[in-house]
Amino acid sequence: MNHDNYDDNYIRSILNGVKSIAMVGASPVNVRPSYFAFKYLAQRGYDMIPVNPGHVGKSLLGKPFVASLWDIGRPVDMIDIFRNSSHIMPVVDEALTLSPPPKVIWMQLGARDDAAAEKAEAAGLKVVMNRCPKIEYGRLSSEISWMGVNSRTLSSKRAPIPTQGMRLSLNRMSVGGGATAASDRAAKNKSEPT
Amino acid sequence: MTDRLPGFSTLAVHAGAQPDPTTGARVTPIYQTTSFVFNDADHAASLFGLQAFGNIYTRIGNPTTAVLEERIAALEGGTAALAVASGHAAQVVVLQQLLMPGDEFIAARKLYGGSINQFTHAFKSFGWNVAWADPDDIASFERAVTPRTKGIFIESIANPAGSITDIEAIAEVARKAGVPLIVDNTLATPYLIRPIDHGADIVVHSLTKFLGGHGNSLGGIIVDAGTFDWSKDNKYPMLNEPRPEYHGIRIQETFGNFAFAIACRVLGLRDLGPALSPFNAFMILTGIETLPLRMQKHCENAKAVAEFLAGHPAVASVNYSGLASDKYNKLARKYAPKGAGAVFTFSLRGGYDAGVSLVSNLQLFSHLANVGDTRSLVIHPASTTHSQLDDEAKVRSGAAPDVVRLSIGIEDKEDLIADLEQALSV
Ligand SMILES: Cc1ncc(COP(=O)(O)O)c(C=O)c1O
Repeated sequence: MNHDNYDDNYIRSILNGVKSIAMVGASPVNVRPSYFAFKYLAQRGYDMIPVNPGHVGKSLLGKPFVASLWDIGRPVDMIDIFRNSSHIMPVVDEALTLSPPPKVIWMQLGARDDAAAEKAEAAGLKVVMNRCPKIEYGRLSSEISWMGVNSRTLSSKRAPIPTQGMRLSLNRMSVGGGATAASDRAAKNKSEPT
Repeated sequence: MTDRLPGFSTLAVHAGAQPDPTTGARVTPIYQTTSFVFNDADHAASLFGLQAFGNIYTRIGNPTTAVLEERIAALEGGTAALAVASGHAAQVVVLQQLLMPGDEFIAARKLYGGSINQFTHAFKSFGWNVAWADPDDIASFERAVTPRTKGIFIESIANPAGSITDIEAIAEVARKAGVPLIVDNTLATPYLIRPIDHGADIVVHSLTKFLGGHGNSLGGIIVDAGTFDWSKDNKYPMLNEPRPEYHGIRIQETFGNFAFAIACRVLGLRDLGPALSPFNAFMILTGIETLPLRMQKHCENAKAVAEFLAGHPAVASVNYSGLASDKYNKLARKYAPKGAGAVFTFSLRGGYDAGVSLVSNLQLFSHLANVGDTRSLVIHPASTTHSQLDDEAKVRSGAAPDVVRLSIGIEDKEDLIADLEQALSV
């Protein structure tokens, strides 16, 4: 798996396939990026579970916080890790002890741990690093285009009638287009120790 | 089609646009509306809090304008873009994100005269100080760097004389100084030069010129390359500190590699207000569909006209980097191999008076203060666009009193040459 550059179909199949997402490091503070992503994904119909030992007893948009992945108490499809790179491995180790294990490990924008990714992939999980599922969902549905963002997709097909006033279908037929090579290079240089 | 990435002309027609989901309209509709209804109170709150993507009010964003933004971001190889009312508005919005009162930026001396004025006078009243450097002397940029420098501003092809800037060399100065390089790519358009490929962090345009291309609409745009790390050294509080106007959001941390474009939208455009009209966005989008074809013709005609002038006895010199003999030809071959643009200057042996009489004798060329129209245009910069500069600054910016500027259109080149021929022989 090339973790510098994901094929749109790989990301699309993950976002289409998973139904439940446990967000490790979710914050109840409504200006934190994890809160934004949690709320967005919940509104797109994902079954969201906030995981944060510091907030047990509280809830996030009506969903009670749990302290760890073990406390979820039911199968979960994807673990979205909102922690920095140095805190990834223990979460992956914990995820791999779940039964059944999750199908996907997703590390947030800025987070990357290649050894943890390798371990998860060896156990048959799909891995995405240094991406935000909210941004990827918005990009592939072209909803993010409302903000002038380069979705890197083209389509000549009429999109499904929008719900909630937005262009939301992930199943929009599209081809790649509008590469952002310079930004990808800058991200790679930043993640490589100099 | 997963491995194939579409080429420039395909992006020029398609990027950002798709058939309208409600009506099936194939051409991007003009959403001529000030505001957009919310689904409910929570949706409204999410939009205002930047938690959801969507439309609120046309000063902040508009669906027609968003197609233009995505299209130009794709053509430039950037992560996102923000369209505004004019090229000048784009410059203000960019620098407002970078500079606090008392800060500095470095700008190339060879710039559009209006930009020289804006930087020297208008920005001074904001407490933003410009330090000038000579694009032909890279060391002059290095010498201008101070601890308060927050950015470097250059034009890829400089107005009025069409000189080519060594973007990579200046990008290296910016990288060492830890500041972003901003390139005004108006005269080149991404068809001729893509500054991001050469190290630019931010690209701005006056869409009024070749991108719109038909002389009918003002517009400007800011493209975020997604390359600059705004959190480094904590030099950029607009990007990196909790924003009180958004309850403490940090823009870079929230928006990643398109944070600069978002800052320009939600801190710049929202509060300063220079929004582009959706109608103008539509006109400019239509223009962009033919950008590659027009630029080929503009460049072909410009080269033919420059060659004609270079051989004319009444002409003292021609500054067109597409000519093999030109000082900037080497840079033109490196940065703009498809063509050296269509704006250039020449000087007449008869000096100022000969320039004035040429302008009045021309019959196809229009005498006006614009460039990048389908029509061929002529102007005498010293008495118009660059008239506010003193004589020394006029010469330095390529607008000496004997200089005439042409913007070559897409007419038949034989007709343009015939018009110049008759006007020079009167
Ligand atoms: C190179 C360049 N930059 C910026 C501008 C300003 O653009 P606008 O007139 O759209 O504000 C111009 C206008 O002539 C220009 O030629």
